[in-house]
Amino acid sequence: MKNNWLKKIDWIVLPLIGVGCVLLLWQLSCSTWAKELPSPARTWTNSKDYILKPFEKRGEMDQGILRFTWYSLILVAKGYALALILGTPIGFFLGLSKTFAKTFDPIIQILRPVSPLAWLPLGLVLFLGAGKNASELGALFTIAVCAMWPTVLNTAVGVRAIPQDYLNVAKVLKLSRTKTLFKVLIPATLPYMFTGFRLSLGIAWLVIVAAEMLTGRPGVGGFLWQEYNALIYEHIILCIVTIGVVGFVLDRLMSLVEKRFKAA
Amino acid sequence: MAYLQLTNVSKGFGSNGTRSEVLKDINLSVNKGEFVAIVGYSGAGKTTLISLIAGLLKPDSGTMTLNDLEIAEPGPDRGIVFQNYSLLPWLSVYENILLAVDQVFPNWAAAKKEQHVLKYIDMVNLTPAREKKPHELSGGMRQRVSVARALAMDPQILLLDEPLGALDALTRATLQDEISRIWQENQKTVVLITNDPDEGIYLADRIIPLTAGPNATLGPSFKVEIPRPRDRKLLNHDPRFKELRREVVGFMQTSKQQQHATLTKKLILPDIEPEDLSAPRRFGSRPVRRNEIKEVAVDL
Ligand SMILES: Nc1ncnc2c1ncn2[C@@H]1O[C@H](COP(=O)(O)OP(=O)(O)OP(=O)(O)O)[C@@H](O)[C@H]1O
Ligand SMILES: [Mg+2]
Repeated sequence: MKNNWLKKIDWIVLPLIGVGCVLLLWQLSCSTWAKELPSPARTWTNSKDYILKPFEKRGEMDQGILRFTWYSLILVAKGYALALILGTPIGFFLGLSKTFAKTFDPIIQILRPVSPLAWLPLGLVLFLGAGKNASELGALFTIAVCAMWPTVLNTAVGVRAIPQDYLNVAKVLKLSRTKTLFKVLIPATLPYMFTGFRLSLGIAWLVIVAAEMLTGRPGVGGFLWQEYNALIYEHIILCIVTIGVVGFVLDRLMSLVEKRFKAA
Repeated sequence: MAYLQLTNVSKGFGSNGTRSEVLKDINLSVNKGEFVAIVGYSGAGKTTLISLIAGLLKPDSGTMTLNDLEIAEPGPDRGIVFQNYSLLPWLSVYENILLAVDQVFPNWAAAKKEQHVLKYIDMVNLTPAREKKPHELSGGMRQRVSVARALAMDPQILLLDEPLGALDALTRATLQDEISRIWQENQKTVVLITNDPDEGIYLADRIIPLTAGPNATLGPSFKVEIPRPRDRKLLNHDPRFKELRREVVGFMQTSKQQQHATLTKKLILPDIEPEDLSAPRRFGSRPVRRNEIKEVAVDL
């Protein structure tokens, strides 16, 4: 009986125990070898203003945490949209044309593992002429260039995996190119595309923090970097937690969307 | 020249080494308005033959003409019922058929198209399942959608690849009657692939056996001189029906026995000899055993 009751609540109890373990480790660390690390309690006291008034704006770089998150999300959304707009067609070309794939596959494999930290300076240089928009455009460029690869590769795999039967239908009916694309190729590839979209979103969110740190734009990453320079270490932890939670929520949302398309 | 004409058509798959010859020297002529049934064993190459006529495959040698024009590519003048239904899973029954109708009759008004689609859905008794997606249908229902789609295209020639294979006996009989009726009303040319000689005899003007593969070819054609409309119940006692069935089945069986096929196989013998280190080897692949390199011809 007792066992049963435990089983019912373990979905919440076990994760809480996990969090407890990490907090304990944290507390131990800051009281023994990492003297500069703020303790959990101090972190809470110093951050609660930002959490409890999440939308307050006290200054350019002193705003509620959700307000910062909101800025970051807007930038991610723009860069992510750019990544999808570029990545999906490239993926289709890679999947459809052997020549195209042979021509561009090596270069894609080389560009794919390049870190956002390496792209960002190039992005800033590229948009030097844009004046005060340079940092935003550079950041967008970096997000797009880093986040599009999962979309490119998954779309290409999806296009190659389209069953011959569906292509036969298109051939027998003599569907035009555009009709084949919209009635056969895209619907058949959609599940793969969404897997790519989900992975791309994860990367876009990773990149935003790096981009903001380097450009000093207001947002979670920019805030984190500023507070590091201001020696307010509690807020670094606040930002890390925020980044993690937001990333997790984004991933969950995308996998919900993805499931819908897989089921259809 | 006949309406559909295949001359010395051969087709195989794969390249050197793993090549399998499927069809060899196929000669077939079908007149306009004729109903021809082709019966053959599973794996003989029936689907390959229908894909050739459909233009989905290119023959290795030989010529194929339809209406005196070379068959070079697929087109909606040939309505096909694929053996595996080939419905688009993201479209409903209605949309699957509408897609075909849209292609064939682009100038019709929307209402006329809709009426046309509904007529054929009704013909195969799927009106209640109209808005369902293929994965919500049974195998037999999908087959009926596929039949309805082909018929709705109103093609010059109907290519049916075991269109009733997944159906229960009763539905099968109903759809056989349906196909027979449609054929008589429209005098379409029909090539029906089937593994059931009875079905072929009941429906067709001519029944042609396909010999067992590999290198399958068409046997002599047997004319079905039983007047229409044919009555299924009487047919079973008709001496002409029994005689025809005996001949067709007999031909197919002898063709299978005569096919003293030799199969070349790579045998992997027990691993007692050392690995052949001199044999070329790709990274990650299993090392080649000396014994394995032997090719053995096995008599079947
Ligand atoms: N694309 C392909 N590549 C290689 N081999 C193929 C291909 N398509 C068919 N074959 C081979 O050709 C032979 C004939 O296949 P086919 O599908 O035409 O048989 P079938 O008579 O339609 O059989 P069934 O009655 O079971 O449908 C088989 O041995 C099959 O393995
Ligand atoms: Mg077949």
